[in-house]
Amino acid sequence: MSVLVFAESWDGKFKKGTFEAVTYAHETAKKLGVSTTAVTIGKLVNDATQLGNYGADKVISITNNISTCDSQGMSAAIAEVANKEGASLLIVANSNTGKTIAPRLAVKLSAGFISNVVDLPSNNAPLTVKKKAFSGKAYEYAQCNIDKCILALAPNAFRIVEKAGSAAVESFNAVAKESKVTSTNVEKATGKISLAEAEIVVSAGRGLKGPENWGMVEELAELLGAGTACSKPVSDIGWRPHGEHVGQTGKAVAPSLYIAIGISGAIQHLAGVNSSKIMVVINTDSEAPFFKSADYGIVGDAFEVVPRLIEEIRNFKANN
Amino acid sequence: MKILVCISSVPDTTSKINFTTENSAFDADGIQFIINPYDEFVLTKAIKLREQHGGTVTVAHVGTDNNDPTLRKALAIGADDAIRVDAEATDSFFVANELATIAKDFDLIMAGRESIDYNGGSVPAMIAEILDLGLINGCTGLEINGSNISGEREIEGGKESLSSSLPIVIAGQKGLVEESDLIIPNMRGIMTARTKPLSVVTAQANEERTVSVSFEKPAERATCKLVEPGNEAELVALLHNEAKAI
Repeated sequence: MSVLVFAESWDGKFKKGTFEAVTYAHETAKKLGVSTTAVTIGKLVNDATQLGNYGADKVISITNNISTCDSQGMSAAIAEVANKEGASLLIVANSNTGKTIAPRLAVKLSAGFISNVVDLPSNNAPLTVKKKAFSGKAYEYAQCNIDKCILALAPNAFRIVEKAGSAAVESFNAVAKESKVTSTNVEKATGKISLAEAEIVVSAGRGLKGPENWGMVEELAELLGAGTACSKPVSDIGWRPHGEHVGQTGKAVAPSLYIAIGISGAIQHLAGVNSSKIMVVINTDSEAPFFKSADYGIVGDAFEVVPRLIEEIRNFKANN
Repeated sequence: MKILVCISSVPDTTSKINFTTENSAFDADGIQFIINPYDEFVLTKAIKLREQHGGTVTVAHVGTDNNDPTLRKALAIGADDAIRVDAEATDSFFVANELATIAKDFDLIMAGRESIDYNGGSVPAMIAEILDLGLINGCTGLEINGSNISGEREIEGGKESLSSSLPIVIAGQKGLVEESDLIIPNMRGIMTARTKPLSVVTAQANEERTVSVSFEKPAERATCKLVEPGNEAELVALLHNEAKAI
């Protein structure tokens, strides 16, 4: 028996969420007194043995070339491995791919499924874990009533632990299936930081008055190596793409640092960002509700404060 | 084309979330329930597809009669009929299994990518798996041509165009239609919704694979430290030395 973890890759490279998931699987396996097996799909640029650095004892590398849009093919292949390994616990990252294949796996493996998990199991039997609920407005302790369970780990919720290790890699050829969905084109914003995995997020709202004023937001984000986000009204009017909308009905983010510029902090927005470790607010209105939820704030005009902040961070970077 | 839209009834987005009975149950007192916002985008898209291609739009829901107003709202927006599985929606597999039983008679099965209450985000993919169907999760664009589908979905750092065919499961979000496309029911819609069919079916016996044990609210933050405008250097120092965030 082992804890199985899906080591997701994108363009052949492991993602931050993958290392979080492998660390999580290892920590959980340690508690259960079992080993950790990682499973990968397709050709990798990275060497899969490196998953040993995050606690994997063994890697099973599915050699079939399965498109990431083929959730059925991916989950069927992973289910084969799970059955072969007799895994009763499967960990995935709560990424676009993870969210799509895990529920299918739950059906295939007759397992319970708990998503948006933020911490190690609080109880092993029955398995009980803390997860986000009500779009970040609360946490729920969810319990799995059957002895097989799949957990999807929320991004940036669990710290990666890295120490020298090595995992033996074995190849596995899954039963090939024809995909019902085919990818015809991929459009990628190059050099963009994935919002879900970003360590720092710079976000702006209607206080910026127009899409032409986003230059300073992007400059600040680039300086900090941050992802850019926006409030719902801003994406609704079309100033910024929907993919940047964070909040209850958009994306949930949990960076180490969230900087909100010209966002008042409505309850729906806060729900999506309050898992951030540190929140900084820049707003002209000292009564803006965001100041009640933030750690640091400047009451002032963003058009004056942000350029000065950019200058100061540049100075800081030059001296550190 | 027969379109099924699966909807959840969720607390209004402005709701403050509280719990009762020693934090073991959601406190619905004073809460206004609405159609899950993701489902509303999908329902609007379904109605547009019906306008283009003909057919019917049915909404399906697992819940008690407390949620009938949410279903009537969906009918007022423009769905043709509604089916309610009469049971508390507690476990995602249970819900998916019930909806899949209904969905097997439809060409296009749609739902929001997640509900804003328990955020499992798993029901559409489970329905697809139970019925052995393809799935576009996080769908932001959809065109139908005969039995062929072209769709678009959000991927990490970009978007992907996809092709497939009916029947299929679509887990949608904003982008499928825009906020400004959402339909506010008019008086005529509300009146006709009263007489549109809302059938109630009994749930099958089903195991509950997962269960909520308890809830807690995020810890309150300490008071916000304010820095005077002009002292941005101080903020940078605080973020570095105190918060260790940069």
